Amino acid sequence: MTPLLEARGLSKFFPARDGKGLVRAVNDVSLSLAEGETLGIVGESGCGKSTLARMLMRLIEPSGGKVLFQGEDLLSLSRAAMRQKRRDIQIVFQDPYASLDPRMNIAQIIAEPLDIHGIGSTAERAAKVKDLIALVGLDPASATRYPHEFSGGQRQRIGIARAIALEPRLVVLDEPVSALDVSIQSQILNLLDDLKLRLRLSYVFISHDLSVVQHVSDRVAVMYLGRIVEEGPADAVLGAPKHPYTQALISAIPEIDSTRRKTHVLLPGDPPNPEDVPPGCAFNPRCPIAQEICRRDEPPLRSSGASRARCHFVDEA
Amino acid sequence: MSEHALLRVDGLTVGFSTEQGPVRVVEDVSFELKAGHTLGLVGESGCGKSVTAQTIMRLLPSPPSRIDAGRILFDGKDLAAATQREMQKIRGDRIGMVFQEPMTSLNPTLRIGEQIAEPLMLHRGQRRAEADEQVIGVLKQVGIGNAERRLLQYPHELSGGLRQRVMIAMAIICKPKLLIADEPTTALDVTIQAQIMELLKALQKELGLAVLLITHDLGMVAEMCETIAVMYAGRIVETGRTVDVFANPHHPYTYGLLTSSPRRARKGERLPSIPGLVPPPGARGQGCSFAARCPNVLERCRIDAPPLIALGKDAAACWNPVP
Repeated sequence: MTPLLEARGLSKFFPARDGKGLVRAVNDVSLSLAEGETLGIVGESGCGKSTLARMLMRLIEPSGGKVLFQGEDLLSLSRAAMRQKRRDIQIVFQDPYASLDPRMNIAQIIAEPLDIHGIGSTAERAAKVKDLIALVGLDPASATRYPHEFSGGQRQRIGIARAIALEPRLVVLDEPVSALDVSIQSQILNLLDDLKLRLRLSYVFISHDLSVVQHVSDRVAVMYLGRIVEEGPADAVLGAPKHPYTQALISAIPEIDSTRRKTHVLLPGDPPNPEDVPPGCAFNPRCPIAQEICRRDEPPLRSSGASRARCHFVDEA
Repeated sequence: MSEHALLRVDGLTVGFSTEQGPVRVVEDVSFELKAGHTLGLVGESGCGKSVTAQTIMRLLPSPPSRIDAGRILFDGKDLAAATQREMQKIRGDRIGMVFQEPMTSLNPTLRIGEQIAEPLMLHRGQRRAEADEQVIGVLKQVGIGNAERRLLQYPHELSGGLRQRVMIAMAIICKPKLLIADEPTTALDVTIQAQIMELLKALQKELGLAVLLITHDLGMVAEMCETIAVMYAGRIVETGRTVDVFANPHHPYTYGLLTSSPRRARKGERLPSIPGLVPPPGARGQGCSFAARCPNVLERCRIDAPPLIALGKDAAACWNPVP
């Protein structure tokens, strides 16, 4: 079966600040997402996860590679055709404060995609907006209110209503709950789960929070400095991580339950500057098990069990 | 209450004057922290935890903020009644502070060395040149390698993790008795967060610091703090030894927070969640502020705000606690 979404060798290079070098924000990433699945993408700031998300829906033009949606190459589409295609691919951003126009009321914000794509009559659109407001759990009376009158969690519901207005097949969620408090976060995660079943959606779920990703994802890809370093079924990647970076990420989470607490694998230093990626494996300066070969040769993604990991010592790791 | 508390906050009530009139943000908050111990003050945005911390340091401008009632006894002295001049002598000397966002707390136009030396010049009357040796020492203590070179750098040349280490260096250079850390790792990536947490733990032991940790991260409290105070809508709703509170939370809010974390839920299952929203200050109404969201609510809860009641090994402000 054709995957719903496939990235093949996708890259994005930006000129470095010194004008000479290249920043490999996303470097040769290949992924696929089956219909009805949730693909989690995790990594720390600057790893390229948001750039990747934007390329998947062509909000950023890739420097190389392909994005196939239902088998069709999105990069070959004209502007007009791409605009049509966006009906099927929508995005929800992290910051519900910055992504809603403060001068539009809620009904206008949610209706905007319907207006742009000229869907239905005025009356039909109004009815649809009303349905959407109820569907995401907002008070119907709030339709004429403005974004500043809502809390963060409610604003994220508005962003979600706008994203699903066109009945997309795929929704890219870029840190959708990172700005929210725990008690609100679980409400939004439940809402996303309900909508997925009801509207038969597929998700690309970007987050730095491994516990959230583990809860929502079928498959997970871990990124470090523009590369996928580990990828596979969520339970395998997060339950039995193969790459030393994934292992360190998981062990770094402070654990409430003292019986499950592990010693933190402390990574020394900071992630290197993406303008100046070390030779060999990009993770080698921080890696607890790095050897000579890691400073020299970049490892390929190797299969190990159900997942793939970019490490020379994947079997020993 | 113990005689040996280094910090004892007693009935602290803080209000703000707003265009809509005065609003209570922190209400009747009491806790104590012994020398060398750690207390985690946790809660979600707007619960009053940062206002509590900033009031202890007397960092909030007045007006609009105002201490309406209560005492803040630090080493026997009531900071709530202290003058700003007295506070200046205490801040950075006997009480160190670390904030969430090191980029906005450091002066962008001053080299790191100058900033770390400042408390020594201010509180110990040292001249800049004399301070260098101690500054290099403290940089090493907080795990910043290549200290001699770092002294000459500006904050923007450092990563977020290094900036937070610089903040910590400034906070401990005068060897304070108390460190107040307000969301010290929230702005950092998880691998850097783990580094800073380990550093704080190590320093706490090494220097015998008392630490008041303000955070929304329950995991961090579990790993760092002996005691915990959970805040909701301006009040402490549950407090006790961290292990006891986490093992057997009595307040329905604490219980909800612990169970709604996706960490505990089984995959694909609905997350238990707390319905509704935190009431904003000024709309907390009569009775218990959590009543409108509470699964255990009784008629009494809507009328009568419960005090902290001793329950098992901890104390919860609840008329109908989780058994």
